[in-house]
Amino acid sequence: MFSLESIKNTVQNWLQLHVGASMALVIESILLGILVIILFAVLGLVLVFMERKVSAVMQIRIGPNRVGPRGWLQTSADTLKLMLKEGLTPDGADKFLFNLAPFIIMIAAMLIMIPIAFAKNFQIWDINIGVLYISSVASVSVIAILMAGWSSNNKFSLLGAMRSGAQIISYELSAGISVITMVILTQSLSVNEIIASQENGWWIFKGHIPAIIAFIIFMIAVTAETNRAPFDLAEAESELTAGFHTEYSGMKFALFFLAEYINIFIVCAVASILFFGGWMPFHIGNWQTFNHIMDYIPSSIWFFGKTFLLIGLIMWFRWTFPRLRIDQLLNLEWKYLLPISLANMLLMTVIAILKWYL
Amino acid sequence: MHEVVGTTPKGDFIINVGPQHPATHGVLHLVITLEGETIKKIEPHLGYIHRSIEKMCESLTYRQFIYVTSRMDYLSAHINNHACALCVEKGLQVDVPLRAQYIRVLLDELTRIASHELWWGAMAMDVGAFTPFFYAFRERETINEIMEETCGARLTMNYMVPGGVMADIHPAFQQKVKKFIQQYKKKIDEYNELVTGNIIFQNRMKGVGYLSPENAISYGCSGPVARASGVACDVRKRYPYDVYNQVQFDEVIETGGDSFARYLVRIGEMQQSVRIIEQLIDAIPQGDFQAKTKAVIKLPKGEFYQRVETARGELGVYIVSEGGTTPYRIKFRSPGFCNLSALNEMAKGGKIGDLVATMGTLDLVIPDIDR
Amino acid sequence: MNIKKYIQDVFGAIQSLLKGMRVTGYYFLHPKEIITEQYPDNRDSLKLADRFKGEVVMLHDENNEHACTGCTACELACPNGTIKIITQFDITPEGKKKKALNTFVYHLELCTMCNLCVEACPTGAIVMAQNFEHSVYDRKQLTKTLNKPGSKLRAGIE
Repeated sequence: MFSLESIKNTVQNWLQLHVGASMALVIESILLGILVIILFAVLGLVLVFMERKVSAVMQIRIGPNRVGPRGWLQTSADTLKLMLKEGLTPDGADKFLFNLAPFIIMIAAMLIMIPIAFAKNFQIWDINIGVLYISSVASVSVIAILMAGWSSNNKFSLLGAMRSGAQIISYELSAGISVITMVILTQSLSVNEIIASQENGWWIFKGHIPAIIAFIIFMIAVTAETNRAPFDLAEAESELTAGFHTEYSGMKFALFFLAEYINIFIVCAVASILFFGGWMPFHIGNWQTFNHIMDYIPSSIWFFGKTFLLIGLIMWFRWTFPRLRIDQLLNLEWKYLLPISLANMLLMTVIAILKWYL
Repeated sequence: MHEVVGTTPKGDFIINVGPQHPATHGVLHLVITLEGETIKKIEPHLGYIHRSIEKMCESLTYRQFIYVTSRMDYLSAHINNHACALCVEKGLQVDVPLRAQYIRVLLDELTRIASHELWWGAMAMDVGAFTPFFYAFRERETINEIMEETCGARLTMNYMVPGGVMADIHPAFQQKVKKFIQQYKKKIDEYNELVTGNIIFQNRMKGVGYLSPENAISYGCSGPVARASGVACDVRKRYPYDVYNQVQFDEVIETGGDSFARYLVRIGEMQQSVRIIEQLIDAIPQGDFQAKTKAVIKLPKGEFYQRVETARGELGVYIVSEGGTTPYRIKFRSPGFCNLSALNEMAKGGKIGDLVATMGTLDLVIPDIDR
Repeated sequence: MNIKKYIQDVFGAIQSLLKGMRVTGYYFLHPKEIITEQYPDNRDSLKLADRFKGEVVMLHDENNEHACTGCTACELACPNGTIKIITQFDITPEGKKKKALNTFVYHLELCTMCNLCVEACPTGAIVMAQNFEHSVYDRKQLTKTLNKPGSKLRAGIE
């Protein structure tokens, strides 16, 4: 049976047999770096194409259908175009910060990949503070956005960056509290253990209403954190032309664009780990045959399937709702999401103490 | 000339929205003074698409100048042409056949729906929802196809001529319009579900861009902008032309004065237009579609004024004639210009997001402002 | 009570959002609603309205005869100076001089398809055609001569 775990083990054994333990570690690190970059490129291409197709069907259009079979090569062609474009740096910009910002946002996105389990026993590094690590590294991206907005020497960019700063910092709270709500149940910050605790049922089913509320709040908060519509105030096309990346062009712009999609993938992966059991197959109580069939589906398929369903949900949001205003955005967080999620956390604690879950 | 870049001595931002900006829907240039994100002052700069249509019309004959007016407010080209045709007919004192009047009013109302459709889509796009735009264009496309079949063009039809309409309606016109109206009623419900009821949209719109009735009158606002402030000013009701006095319809008036009220007025107007079309479509009388006029039209010496209700408000056509074949002077009173002048009053004190929402509900067509 | 209103607000808001998502979700699940026309792939099946105003053409019958007398009514009716008519004097069999059409010059690049020339023509010599693909590489190609070479006035038209 196809599984990422066996491939990993084969490579690891072969390396350790032929080059020795320390050299094997070096080669593995290089291999991992390459793999992450390839994953980024592929994810970027697939997600952009998916977004364009999803939005097209929702908007009663066909979407890209000219380049390649059914338009599959459209995003590759776009990437090629962006690579060949000149990356302009405006006069009066802070050149160092201006050129640094896209790389920081990209590196921050790459770092979050570390604790995510893509399949059974397939993870770059199982840190014991995995979830905490994700929330803390995710907040680095706001620095890059502020940097980009400030150094562009453009008022639209600056306004976009300021909005983004206020937005990401506030929404991190409720996203973090939703994560903590789930951590109360799992009693572990390690990604592997969180997934293992869902062996006999995903938390969204086992965790009663608080888990569902936490899931809704988490989805809203991460949509805001990734600067997606309806919370795309930082780029707010009709107001600030393109917000913080107004002045960027070519590959530097592409990095911002790519980072947005990578971030969506990551937050959806985190949501699928916390609420839907990551790579854990769908099991129902003691239906042995059913559970067995479910086990037969590779764990990586389970993980990517759940993640892409959640990404679809976020895209559905984007192509339905209008954008909020900056003060309403902050109202939503401080007057609604935060109190509700705090109360929800309290409720969850009670449930966890009384062991009401299965 | 004041500064249009940099910051004011007090440290307030001056930003230029336009002439190339996604929110202005054309080449409108707004110089905005910002304190943080709060708008302190807005100054529209006009003239980027000024083509001196009024001056051009002075060298065109009374038959020819009508077609130019399609290029002013291109979204309600029929209604502009209608106004000019009515004004020339006033001077000539010809009676337009009843069939032509019915056709004119029908096409006017179809144009109004098409224009409001585009406004609705663009408005939703301004506040950040992209999908409604395509739904709106689907219905607009159906109207355009009906127009294409009868008038021969989709946007700048030049179908109204002094004395009636250029050609009779297409045989399939009535049936197609009826089919469209039937589908369209369901679509309005869909619009309400998708946008009107949406909590985010309502929050963006309610209490934003308030225009008091006094200001609406003193700035000369007309059309849905004034009616949303509680000013009854529908030319179709107050000064009915053609067969508008024979049809039943309500003048949609809201008293909110904010962007949401303007939104509701336009949605209501779409429904009223449907009502007018439903009454007229089966009652088109037999007869001529054009009154007999001379090949060369000469207006008697004098001044003639005619106003109509376009999708944006009151359009006035003022012709001064010296008795020749061309007008001595033509003046258009365009609704967009007056509505835009109230923008500073509306958006002052709001956020940039509010400015976009307010401008969206003004339904500006820039060539209509500049002419 | 205040807290009751708060909860009502939250549920009302979620309900309104779900309503909107139902609309877009419906279209997502019903790809049949797609209305895109695949121009230019559908060029063969593309049917324009028969009144569509694409360009001015002069009607010629099978004997290569047209109905244009060169009266310049269309030239006068045109608001943009799109039409220029060059006339010549033919000698009729009775030996009289008679004004006739030499060249009907039509500047497509100036034309706004307002249909006034067709309306003005007393003999119905020109009509609007449905061709709409007017792009060319050289603007000289847009200046057209509408009467075909060697064509002449149909007998009986004054």
